[in-house]
Amino acid sequence: MTESTGRIETIAGPVVKCSGLPSVRMYEVVRVGTQKLIGEVIEVSDKEFTAQVYEETSGLAPGEPVISTGDSLSVELGPGLLGAIYDGIQRPLPELREMSGDFISRGLNVDALNKEKKWEFKPSVEVGAKVSPGDIIGKVPETGILTTMIMIPVGVQGEVVEIASEDEYTVIETICKVKDSHGDIHDVIMMQRTPVRVGRGFKDRAPMDTPLLTGQRVIDTFMPQAKGGTGAIPGGFGTGKTVTLHQFAKWADAQVVVYVGCGERGNEMTEALEEWPSLKDPKSGRPLMERTVLIANTSNMPVAAREASIYVAVTIAEYFRDQGFDVALMADSTSRWAEALREISGRLGQLPSEEGYPAYLGSRLAQFYERGGRVKTLASDERLGSITICGAVSPPGGDFSEPVTQATLRIVKVFWALDKDLAARRFFPAINTLTSYSLYHSTLKKWHIENLGEDWPELVKESLALLQKDQELREIVQLVGPDALPESERAILEAARMIKEDFLTQSALHEIDTYSPIGKTYRMLRVIIGFTQRMAAAVKMGVQVKRILDLSVLDNIARMKITPLDTYEEQMDAVEKKMEREFKSLLQELSDSGLLSEPVV
Amino acid sequence: MSNTSIVYRSVSDVSGPLLIVENTHDVSYNEVVKVRAPNGELLTGTVLETGRGRAIIQVFEGTSGLDADITAVRFTGETMHLPVSTEILGRVLDGAGNPLDKGPPLTAEDHWDIYGSPINPYARQYPRQPIQTGLSSIDGLNTLVRGQKLPIFSGSGLPHNRIAAQIVRQAKIPGEESDFAIVFGAMGITATEAQYFMDSFEETGALEHTALFLNLANDPAIERIITPRAALTAAEYLAYESDLHVLVILTDMTNYAEALREISAARSEIPGRRGYPGYLYTDLSLIYERAGRIKGRKGTITQMPILSMPQDDMTHPIPDLTGYITEGQIIVGRSVHRRGIYPPIDPGPSLSRLMKEGIGEGMTRFDHKEVQAQLYYGYSEGCDLRDLVAVVGAEALTERDQKYLKFADRFEAEFINQGEFEDRSFEQTLDIGWDLLSDFPERELKRCDPDTISWAKNQNLYKSS
Repeated sequence: MTESTGRIETIAGPVVKCSGLPSVRMYEVVRVGTQKLIGEVIEVSDKEFTAQVYEETSGLAPGEPVISTGDSLSVELGPGLLGAIYDGIQRPLPELREMSGDFISRGLNVDALNKEKKWEFKPSVEVGAKVSPGDIIGKVPETGILTTMIMIPVGVQGEVVEIASEDEYTVIETICKVKDSHGDIHDVIMMQRTPVRVGRGFKDRAPMDTPLLTGQRVIDTFMPQAKGGTGAIPGGFGTGKTVTLHQFAKWADAQVVVYVGCGERGNEMTEALEEWPSLKDPKSGRPLMERTVLIANTSNMPVAAREASIYVAVTIAEYFRDQGFDVALMADSTSRWAEALREISGRLGQLPSEEGYPAYLGSRLAQFYERGGRVKTLASDERLGSITICGAVSPPGGDFSEPVTQATLRIVKVFWALDKDLAARRFFPAINTLTSYSLYHSTLKKWHIENLGEDWPELVKESLALLQKDQELREIVQLVGPDALPESERAILEAARMIKEDFLTQSALHEIDTYSPIGKTYRMLRVIIGFTQRMAAAVKMGVQVKRILDLSVLDNIARMKITPLDTYEEQMDAVEKKMEREFKSLLQELSDSGLLSEPVV
Repeated sequence: MSNTSIVYRSVSDVSGPLLIVENTHDVSYNEVVKVRAPNGELLTGTVLETGRGRAIIQVFEGTSGLDADITAVRFTGETMHLPVSTEILGRVLDGAGNPLDKGPPLTAEDHWDIYGSPINPYARQYPRQPIQTGLSSIDGLNTLVRGQKLPIFSGSGLPHNRIAAQIVRQAKIPGEESDFAIVFGAMGITATEAQYFMDSFEETGALEHTALFLNLANDPAIERIITPRAALTAAEYLAYESDLHVLVILTDMTNYAEALREISAARSEIPGRRGYPGYLYTDLSLIYERAGRIKGRKGTITQMPILSMPQDDMTHPIPDLTGYITEGQIIVGRSVHRRGIYPPIDPGPSLSRLMKEGIGEGMTRFDHKEVQAQLYYGYSEGCDLRDLVAVVGAEALTERDQKYLKFADRFEAEFINQGEFEDRSFEQTLDIGWDLLSDFPERELKRCDPDTISWAKNQNLYKSS
C-alpha cells in the first residue's frame, strides 16, 4: 500500500479540495486532516483533486494533511455480517458506541468484521479438487437460520493443495491453499474484500419465474414482486412507506434481508433493532434478525456517507446472492440518496438539470437497480441466486412527477403507489390498487397456477374489475346519492367494500394479520369472490342487497383475516359451506313466499 | 486551528449577511469569528467556507455598518459553544443565548458545541411513554410521546401561539412533575408575541421550569440559524446530564428556513425548490433528529416545532420536508377555526406515529387505543356525511347516518373544543370520549372489544341504552 501526503486547500461542507498526491485515482479512499476523517476522491484534475468526506468537517482547516490509501471504498464480506448494524461506510454501530459513547464522534476506524471471533468451519472440498472463483470450499453455520458458504474469491483458480480441517477459525486465517496453472500458491481466507462501486461478477441472468412473497395480501395478489425483480414504492409522508418496507423485511420469503435506512429517522432504525430480534421467522421459528443486515445512515448523519450506503448495501447483497441465496434489499429512501447526490454535485459546481439534480441522476439510479436480478453465479456448478430490490421514494409534496420518481419508474418493473387519501382514512396498506402495477404477472402466472389453483388469474382479474367499477360508481353516487343506483350496482359497491375491508386492509400491528401466507391469501380471495358472485346472481333473481347483507356468514368472512395460520384451511372450508347453505335457504325462503322474479334452479 | 491573536483588517467584500476576508491563514471550517464594526460594536459570525487565503463568514447580527476598510476580524479557533447548567431554567435569553432578563450572565458547568453530534442509532431507545399536554385533541387522538418530534403545522392568523403557550403551561408527566422541563426557542416572533409568552409563563409559574430563547422579528435574521441549535444544546444538557424530561418548542420554523435561504442566496448556491437550498432536508434533520431517548439515560428530549405553512399549503417545502423527518404532525385547521373551535386542531390529517407504543395500560389507560380508533371512525364517518348532506339534504339520511352526523358536531364541540385554561388529564379526555360514544348502540362500536365496552358500562362511562 502506498502512502503519501497532500494538503487541504479549501473546505465547503462535505466537499474538500486538496493538492499534492499526483497519483491519486478516482474513487480512491483518502484520510483527510489531522483527525484522519474518511473521504473518497470524486474529482481529479491536473494539480488538485476533490474528495467527499464521510464525516462532519467542522474544525477542519486548509493546510492539514491528506493521506492516500491506494484503496477504493470496499466492504468486508464474510461470517459476521448477519445480525449486524452498520453505518453508511460499514462501520459497526455497536463498536462505535463502545469507542465514542452515545454520540458519534469523528475519525474512528473500526473493522467491519470481527477479526478475533472464531467461526466453526466445515470444509466441503478435498485436496486435489479443481476450483474456480465462486466455488464453495466450506460452510460456516453462522446463525440458526443461515449457513454461510465460503467461496473462492475472484482471481484464484486451480487445484486445492491444502484445506483446513473442521475446526474454528477467524475470518483472516488461511483455510485453503490453491495452486494455479503457473504453480503459484494462493492463500484463501474466509473474508473477502470487494470494492462497492462495481457489481460483483456473475455468469448469466436467469428468468424470474418465482414470486417474492411478502405476506402482504394486496401486494402478493395485485402487484406481485418476482425474486430478482425491482420495485419502487413512492408516497408522500405519512402514507406508510417505511411500514411497508419494514413489513417486507420482516415477512418476505427471502433467505437474507439487507435493509438500508438512508437518510431517514433514527427512531425507525431503533424500532427495527428492538423489534426484529423478538420476531420469529415463519419458516424456521428463529429470530428474524439472524437473516438481516442493517445499514443505517440516519438523516442527521453525514451526507456523503448516505451516497455510499446504497452501494455498501447492494455489495453485501451480492455477496449472499453469489452463495446461492435469495436476497431482498430494501432501500428507504432512494430520494434521500438522490438528494445527497444533488448536494455533492451542487458543491462541486456541476451544472444542474431538473430541480437541481445532476444530469447523471437517471443513469446512477439505473445502475443501482440493475445490480438486482436473478443470476447464475460465477461458480462452476449451476447455482442460482437473486437480489430483489425494493426502494422507497419520497416525492416532495407527494407529487409523482418529480425527477426521482420519474427516473425510478423508467427502470423498475413493480410500482406500488401509496395514496394520501387512503392513508388519511386510515386505510392501510394505503396502496392504490388501480394505479399500481406489476409487470411480472405473466412470468409468475405458471407458478401461481401450479402452487395455488387454476382459478387464481381469474380471481385476480375479477377483483380488479370490481374495484374499477366501484370507482366509477362512486363518482355517480357523489352526484346523485346512493338511492339512485339500481340493486345490481349496489351489489357491486358492496362487493368492492368487502374486497377492501375484508381483504385489502391488513394491520401491520395485529399479531396474526401482519403476515398472510399466500395459501391463506388465496383462500380468502376465493371466499370473497365466491360470495360476490352468489350475491350478483341472487340480486339478478330479485333479491334485495339488504337481505344478503343480513347473512351471518359475513361476520365469518370479516374474521378471516385473523384466522390462525395453522387452522385456516378447515375454517375457510367451513365458511365456504356456510355461505353455500345460507344463500340456498335465503333463496328458498324468498322463492316460497313468491318474492323472486326468477325461480330457483 | 487558526492563530487567535491575529486581527485581520483585510475584508474585501461585504454582501448581504456575508463578509469575505482575504489573506487568512489556516482558518477552519465552522469556527467562530469576532468582528469589530467601525462603530466599535462587537459582532459574531461563523466560517462558511475557507481556503486559499480566503474565508467567507456569515455574521449573525447582520452586516449593516460594516465596511472593507476599518472592520477588524479575529478568528477564535473554536466552533460555537453554549455555556450550560441547570440554572438556565427560569431564564430569558436572546436567540444566541445571551441573557435578556437583566439577570447575571449564564453560569457554566460546561461549554457545549451547539451543533451537537448525531446520536448513534444503536444507542437510541424507542420512545414509549407519553407526555400529557392537557389538550384532548392531542392527548386523546394523537398522543405526544417522550423522545418524539411532533410538529404543529399552522397558518398565518391561526392561534398556534396560544396553543403553544397552553402546552407550555400544562404539559407534564403525571406522577413525575418535578423531572420535567421546557425549552422554548422562538425565531422571528413579534415583540407582542414574545411579551404574550413571557407574561403567560410568568403568571402561571411555568417560567420556573422553562428556558426561553427569543429571537424577535426585528433581531438579525441570521441569528435564527443558531437559536434552535442553542435551545437544543441547553435541552441536551438538561436531559442527558440532569436527567430531566425536556420538551422543546420551536416556533416558527418557517422563519428559520427563510434565514437559511437568505444565506444560501447570498452565497449564490444552486437553489432547490422555491429558492430553498438543496440541503434544507439535511439541515432540518440536524435539528429535528436531536430529539430522542438514549439507552441507559433517564432524561429525554421531545420536540414540538411549530411552523406556519405559507398559504396553508402542506406541499410547501418547509412543512413537506419537516413531515418527512418528524414522527407525525398536528394540523391546525382553518375551517375548524372558522367554526369557532379552540384549539382548532383538525384530527383528519393529524397523526402521531409513535402513539401506538406510548399509550395503554400503565401509560395512559388500557382502553385508550380502542376509544381513539372508535372516535376517529365516528368522526370521519360524520365528516363524510356532512359532504353528502350538502348534496342530498339531511332528510335523505338513515337514522344511523343521523347519529353519525350529530356525533361529529358533538365531537367538535365537546371533545376538541376546550377552554384556553382548561387542563384535562388523560382520564378526563377518555371519559369525554365514552360520553360521546354513548350516542351509539353497542353494535356500532366495532373498534372496541366487547370486554372493554362492558368495563365502560360498569364504570358508568358508556351510557347507551
